[in-house]
Amino acid sequence: MSLARAELRRLCKRRFTRWMLVFVVLILGATVAGIAASNHAPDSAAVAAAEERAQRQYEENLRAIEHDIAECERARAAGEEDAAGGRAWPDDCDEMRQWAAGPDEMARWHLPPTFEFRADFEPLITAFTAILALFAFIVGASFIGAEWRSGGMTNLLLWQPRRLLVLSTKLATLVAALAGLVVLLGAAWTAAFWQVATYRGITDTMTSGTWQSLGLTGLRGTALVLAAGAVGFAVSSLGRHTATALGAAIGAFIVGVLGAQIVAFAVDARYPQAWVWTSYLQAWMHKSVTFHDFRSCEPTAGLGPCEPATMEVTWQAAGVGILAVVALLVGAAMWHIHRRDVT
Amino acid sequence: MTAVVEIDGLRKTYRSWRSGPRRALDGFDMVVEPGQVHGFLGPNGSGKTTTLRTLLGLITAHGGQMRLLGHDVPQHLPQVADQVGAIVESPQFFGNFTGRDTLSLLATAAGLPQRRVDAALEQVGLRDRANERVKTYSLGMKQRLAVASALLKEPRLLILDEPANGLDPAGIREMRDLMRSLAAQGTTVVLSSHILSEVQQICDTVTIISLGRRVAAGPVDEVLAAHSTAEVRVRLESAAEHTAAAGALREAGASVTVRDDHLLVHAVERPAWVTATLAARDLYVAELAPVAVDLESVFLELTGTTPVSGQARQVDESVVVGAEQPAGGEGNGGGSR
Repeated sequence: MSLARAELRRLCKRRFTRWMLVFVVLILGATVAGIAASNHAPDSAAVAAAEERAQRQYEENLRAIEHDIAECERARAAGEEDAAGGRAWPDDCDEMRQWAAGPDEMARWHLPPTFEFRADFEPLITAFTAILALFAFIVGASFIGAEWRSGGMTNLLLWQPRRLLVLSTKLATLVAALAGLVVLLGAAWTAAFWQVATYRGITDTMTSGTWQSLGLTGLRGTALVLAAGAVGFAVSSLGRHTATALGAAIGAFIVGVLGAQIVAFAVDARYPQAWVWTSYLQAWMHKSVTFHDFRSCEPTAGLGPCEPATMEVTWQAAGVGILAVVALLVGAAMWHIHRRDVT
Repeated sequence: MTAVVEIDGLRKTYRSWRSGPRRALDGFDMVVEPGQVHGFLGPNGSGKTTTLRTLLGLITAHGGQMRLLGHDVPQHLPQVADQVGAIVESPQFFGNFTGRDTLSLLATAAGLPQRRVDAALEQVGLRDRANERVKTYSLGMKQRLAVASALLKEPRLLILDEPANGLDPAGIREMRDLMRSLAAQGTTVVLSSHILSEVQQICDTVTIISLGRRVAAGPVDEVLAAHSTAEVRVRLESAAEHTAAAGALREAGASVTVRDDHLLVHAVERPAWVTATLAARDLYVAELAPVAVDLESVFLELTGTTPVSGQARQVDESVVVGAEQPAGGEGNGGGSR
């Protein structure tokens, strides 16, 4: 316990941690301010004007659709084939009536930008997760990398020779501190955007189910931040230098994102995006991600929907993959400190 | 009484795919009794730091046994670690923390009271600079901080690797006094140093290592005596008489070297014999003094590192002298390499 307390003090005392935290808070603050400034709560006049424009546009659309339906029925009655390259009609002409957007939906298009908490906050959780995950990775890597580099780790091992205990306590302290930070900043982030929605947007569409969904997304985001911190820590400990983790991150991007896409296209892979590891982070955050094979979708003569072959990755599958990577790297770091000499 | 440090047949080999295996420790033995200040000497690359790091659990040995304060290590190192204070090689600290923070974090990690921090800082003379960042410290100040960190635990065994490195003359004396006072309070000190005059002054016992093997060990005065050449320096009234005196001594069976202003008579059991022999030939001695050996000369002799004018010695060019003298314990059977 005393070791964990000392490690928490060490983590918080580090200037790098403090500056990075200030930097992260500034970025988050700037994001809140920018979104608050670019959104406006709709007043009754703006709503009335938008509804009037939407109604007008809806009626015009209906007239155009009725005209198209008449054309379609005439063509079907005359037994005309759809000319190649010409106008093609659906099998059921009345189907076209369903394509028109309703006046309420169109009214929203004509309103000034409005922050709707229900629709707009989920992507902001992902943004928050990305910023915090980057912070966690760098701070995690530096926390142990600087200790190895400066000789502080050697000193500590002279005091506490149980190497696995020392490394795992450091990691647990880092993860606990990051979890606390994510909870604090996450609460502030939610509260800030709730205020933005209250004063410059819409909050009344929220339901308990929406809150639950946002909460689960937040939990997955928290797990991703902690995983990023653990990965940075483990890679840095393996190389006994902060630069190892930063180099590995750049390498993972070049090889795992750019290189993987190039190779996937070169081998004519069916789902090139499935080769890119960041897709699995997307799947984790967005509950699932679906890859499409558009080449399997032959162009149809009609206006019917194109249905390409798909491959879906669920958050559960992505989670297992992320967990495996974290476990592998942390395990390797533990094995490394247990077996390698401290010279 | 149980020895504080017992090392028996310690072996460590570093392997490199480029340069192949290198034996850093080749059956090394060392014993340190309680309450001693024990000097641990050896040329660069002889295995001193490897020995200390292995003893402290930082390096894994490939053979041999080690005991610290009566416990087998590394198996039971956690049980004795809180009684062993150590600095190994150059002091290494996180530069952006203050000296006080550095010690305070160590004290917190070990569950020691924070008052120990101030006491240790006071002890090494860093009280007034304790709140400055370590990266602003001179080498000597970092060295003091390292010693302070080792003293925090009030250890029964203190292992110091080159503690005088970077210290000014006053600092060296303070360090010497500190070690004496610690030893007087019952702390056993193992001191690795290249300042042999310091070691000779401070240490009760000494172990000399060369190429990973012990080449001498025992009380300092016994090691010196074992390597004493029993030479006497003889000067007569007139330098012109030196040739005649040398002849007289050689006739009497002595081995003599004639120097510019004196004679060096080797293997003399009784200096009075020289006086009597020369007086019998009407040659009168003006000065007769035994040639004293010091730890430096013994060290250079045993490790084969005596500088040769005009030659640049490489770090691995040391030797293992064949056998220890009686005072130094058992020989290690090593031959010159």
